[in-house]
Amino acid sequence: MLTDFGRVLLFFIIAGIFVTLGLVTAWIVRPKRPYPDKLTTYECGEDPVGSPWVKYNIRFYVVALIFLIFEVEILFLFPWALVYQDLGLFAFIEMVIFLVILFVGYAYVWVRGDLDWDRPEPDIPFITSLNKNNPDGTFR
Amino acid sequence: MEILISLIKILVVMLVLLTCVAYLVLVERRVSAFIQNRIGPNRVGYKGLLQPVADVLKLFIKEDIVPKLANKPLHRLAPIIAIVVSLSTIAVVPFGDKINLFGYEIKLQIASVNIGILYVLALTGLGVYGIAIAGWASNNKYSLLGGLRSCAQIISYELSMGISIIGVILVTSTLQLDKIVEFQHGWRWLILLQPIGFITFFVAIFAETNRLPFDLPEAEPELVGGYHTEYTGLKFGLFFLAEYANMITGSAIVVTLYLGGWQFPYLQSSGLPEFWTSIIQVGTFAAKVGAVLLFMVIIRWTVPRFRYDQLMDLGWKFMLPLSIANVIVTAFIIYLFE
Amino acid sequence: MSLIDILFYFFATIAVVSASIVVFSRNIIYSAFSLLFTFFAVAGLYVLLNADFLAITQLLIYVGGILVLMLFGVMLTHKVVSVDMKTGTLKILPAALITSMIAGTLIGIFTVTDWRVAPLQTGDPIPTAKGIGEMFMTTWLLPFEVASVILLIALIGAAIIARREKEAK
Repeated sequence: MLTDFGRVLLFFIIAGIFVTLGLVTAWIVRPKRPYPDKLTTYECGEDPVGSPWVKYNIRFYVVALIFLIFEVEILFLFPWALVYQDLGLFAFIEMVIFLVILFVGYAYVWVRGDLDWDRPEPDIPFITSLNKNNPDGTFR
Repeated sequence: MEILISLIKILVVMLVLLTCVAYLVLVERRVSAFIQNRIGPNRVGYKGLLQPVADVLKLFIKEDIVPKLANKPLHRLAPIIAIVVSLSTIAVVPFGDKINLFGYEIKLQIASVNIGILYVLALTGLGVYGIAIAGWASNNKYSLLGGLRSCAQIISYELSMGISIIGVILVTSTLQLDKIVEFQHGWRWLILLQPIGFITFFVAIFAETNRLPFDLPEAEPELVGGYHTEYTGLKFGLFFLAEYANMITGSAIVVTLYLGGWQFPYLQSSGLPEFWTSIIQVGTFAAKVGAVLLFMVIIRWTVPRFRYDQLMDLGWKFMLPLSIANVIVTAFIIYLFE
Repeated sequence: MSLIDILFYFFATIAVVSASIVVFSRNIIYSAFSLLFTFFAVAGLYVLLNADFLAITQLLIYVGGILVLMLFGVMLTHKVVSVDMKTGTLKILPAALITSMIAGTLIGIFTVTDWRVAPLQTGDPIPTAKGIGEMFMTTWLLPFEVASVILLIALIGAAIIARREKEAK
């Protein structure tokens, strides 16, 4: 006796076994000839400089934070959408209130610029920087 | 007996899916060659039809290089997570109604979970983990940045995907994927009832599967290989398979939600024997999925890549408000017609 | 021992073991990562309790949202491996006090609550999402709307924190 969730679990287990079997087979048949240069981290042929585990742009974190809040909102909308056709106008008004309150927050975040990703800064054209160094405009 | 049928179904679906993935790669290479006026792989087997077999064999016998500084357990685990998650979405997709085989009535869907559509959404969210962990565990700058970018992209577009799904639920009043398909009998396809929702959902699928124009996570000129820079051999192959499996499951979801799933208009009333009806339904589903996939492949080779800030702007400032507006308008129209 | 029991102990073991890795691991990325398995196992337990919507909420919010947030936080920190995670040397008294208070409250609730044991249901779980939706729109309408206000506050709070960190940079 399997429920549908049981089948999903079964699928997960079988997929896991399948992949592991594949990896084990590959482990048996493939060659293993490591040497130190091969095992270095790839950095376009140079020796890697420093650790990659450095501070990255905080924006990634902010995006995840805003995402989380909207995800919770969506989860509130699912049960509502499911019963909407039985309830009619009342449910519609309730949801519009719910969405408007959230929309205030969304508009706030948008206006404040928290949704803006950093734009690439334009490079100063080469010729201008040349000119700054030699005002008479001749090439060295 | 029931467990046995389920097991067979799971194995068949998984094998079919993996074969499709392998051949999708071939299709992609041939179509790209056609678009770029090249020939493409045509040597292995008749017109290159055995190319996927050769590719897979090659992946198996390639040396596996794990960088010395990588975090080994997580480096090993990441591709497994990625592929298991991307395969498992198909478990709730109905690819036909039911079929009578050897005296058993078999439902052509592995699990008709009563929250199927949310399961799909949750698994899309899980897709983040394989990539994030691969990016982190490789101990490589390109990998980490690719992984981070990919995560931010996936979660941003997951929102508009989820909100588009709400439009579907409003119309169909169910979370079960097979019921949603049943709703779309005849020509009542949801693409006609939810055109805006279809567009936002489809764009979100592109972003979720990291397809061009949304393939920032592995933008070759900037990030080498993105999160799988440090992967070789079969482990790289698993990421590659996961990506294409995501494409297939993604288009299967698009077909199920918006393009009528396995519904073939006027088929039920045509008086065909039941067995052939089922076969045609499965064929219809496969044909629709194939068409969507072909569309995705063609888009990849015709449209240029976004810049990252454009991608985020599109997700947060255009798709999100558009899909919310779609929900409100849909709700209002449903209220008017009740 | 039925299949349900086996599954229950399976999920419970995963939850407990991975939760203890979260607490005891010295590498914060392992901690964050094993939290994934804890959340998963808890979702499995919800499914066993026929709370399907709750299980998927667990996956969507905790696994798909909160944990991603934590992973980002961890991945964005400076030194992941050599973070000084020594505990127990400082402020042992307040920590012990707070944990014992929380534990006491939980145990108290656990013993006082009148647990009603529902008859074991076999077969497919009854969908709960519809019931939840009806309750949102009738009995629990006010909390439902209040939730949106709380989300609004959270959103603005997140924006303010983000701005402060941006300016600090």
